[in-house]
Amino acid sequence: MPPSDTPEKAPSPGVEGQPLIVFDDVVKRFGKLTVLDHLNFSVAPGERVTLIGPSGSGKTTILRLLMTLEKVTEGVIWVADEPFSHMRRGQGLTPASESYLRARRKSIGMVFQQFNLFPNMSVRKNVIEAPVHVLGTPKDEANARAEELLELVGLGDKIDAHPTQLSGGQQQRVAIARALAMKPEILLLDEVTSALDPELVAGVLDVLREVAETTDITMLCVTHEMSFARDVSHRVLMFDQGQIAEEGEPEQIFGDPKEERTKSFLRSVLDNGF
Amino acid sequence: MDFLIQRLPLYLDGAWVTIQLTIGGCALAFVLAMVFGIMGTIRHWLPRAIATVYVEVFRGIAALVLIFWMVYALPQLTGYQLADTFAAIVALGLNVGAYGAEVVRASINAVPRAQVEATVALNLSWSQRMRLVVLPQAWAQMLPTFGNLVIELMKASAVVFLVGIVDLTAVAQNMREATGETLIAFIGSFILYYLIAQVFIFGMRLLERRANRKLGRAVPGGGGLLALLKPEPVVTKSGVAK
Repeated sequence: MPPSDTPEKAPSPGVEGQPLIVFDDVVKRFGKLTVLDHLNFSVAPGERVTLIGPSGSGKTTILRLLMTLEKVTEGVIWVADEPFSHMRRGQGLTPASESYLRARRKSIGMVFQQFNLFPNMSVRKNVIEAPVHVLGTPKDEANARAEELLELVGLGDKIDAHPTQLSGGQQQRVAIARALAMKPEILLLDEVTSALDPELVAGVLDVLREVAETTDITMLCVTHEMSFARDVSHRVLMFDQGQIAEEGEPEQIFGDPKEERTKSFLRSVLDNGF
Repeated sequence: MDFLIQRLPLYLDGAWVTIQLTIGGCALAFVLAMVFGIMGTIRHWLPRAIATVYVEVFRGIAALVLIFWMVYALPQLTGYQLADTFAAIVALGLNVGAYGAEVVRASINAVPRAQVEATVALNLSWSQRMRLVVLPQAWAQMLPTFGNLVIELMKASAVVFLVGIVDLTAVAQNMREATGETLIAFIGSFILYYLIAQVFIFGMRLLERRANRKLGRAVPGGGGLLALLKPEPVVTKSGVAK
């Protein structure tokens, strides 16, 4: 039954510690196609989770739901003990309004496969516009922070360049700086190296390793870069057909997968030279 | 030739009226196009419905009928008589604005969805998204068609001589009636219409070039001002179409 019809009773979010993100029986359908099938999982604060699995298994949809780019068909997403896909009304929940989503998603940032930098702005403007206009950061402060972040991603000298003057890898690093400028608690990485030429992948992954090591940002990462997943993530979720086929620490998933589906997926990925 | 040179001041007066009508009409059309074009992209049905009504009504009425209506019918209805030139500007603006609104709407819708998703990820509000990201990108898309509309509006302004406004067409018509020199009388207005059009086209290309530069699309052939006399090359997402 879709939640839009009847407000359901608000359940209490997950139990183990205080999870930051909880997917509670989430279903996502596009027309007749079920992309996420009664999905349950949670992510702890500061945890870095990698989502792997064949294409079409629903990994990217999870990130898009968290970024509010899609709406759940059934079930509820919780963030920081409060409903996220829905909002409280009386005793129950009702699908979140645009203004509620706007208030809630400010703690979440996303880096896209195709970078999606704004071509009408310089690198600097790409990084400072949202902090200045959305967070109300004073311009001087936003500029200083932009310089700092671009230094972090190794592009301090490109601050006044135009996005089209940068390589794909550089554009993606600007996109990472842009997302970090909003000081997200949760960072969603959607196949951030898939659109890059092979020689540019390492630079982007190095930046993300550094972000992982030096911050406590919670990260959800969809990637085909298995060595990166092994290095930075605390936990790996293997998806197949909209459900979690297997989950565990990276050592276990990559070293000693239990499920046949995981084994064959890893074989196919590794065969392709990833 | 002497004929034209002697009467040049009259022609220039007419040309000035045509220029005023064009600039005034374009200014109004631009505002209407932006307002109704943006309304046409809003998800809520009400602004969209209002935009559709405006576009369909004013796109469907001939500019001449609209001018007649503004000059002759409106005073009977309201008791107010607008200055003729002002009435003509309003009529031209309403008419061309309806075309422009469709251009604005289509250009906004042509901004890649990924750009909008990036603004959601940065939590921009609707108005911030429009102002900072969508409109600046749609702008480059609108300009070539806007250039056409400016010229269309200038040419459509010729009908104002039918309500007694002495524009460039009216000057030629009066001249022809007074002297019987049909051929030469109209050559004068041909030339001036052409020159005015070239000035507007030049201005629009300047804007177009600036807009493309802002989006980081290099203008091939580089080019001083003379390059502006050539039309802008078709710029596609992946680069310049050869």
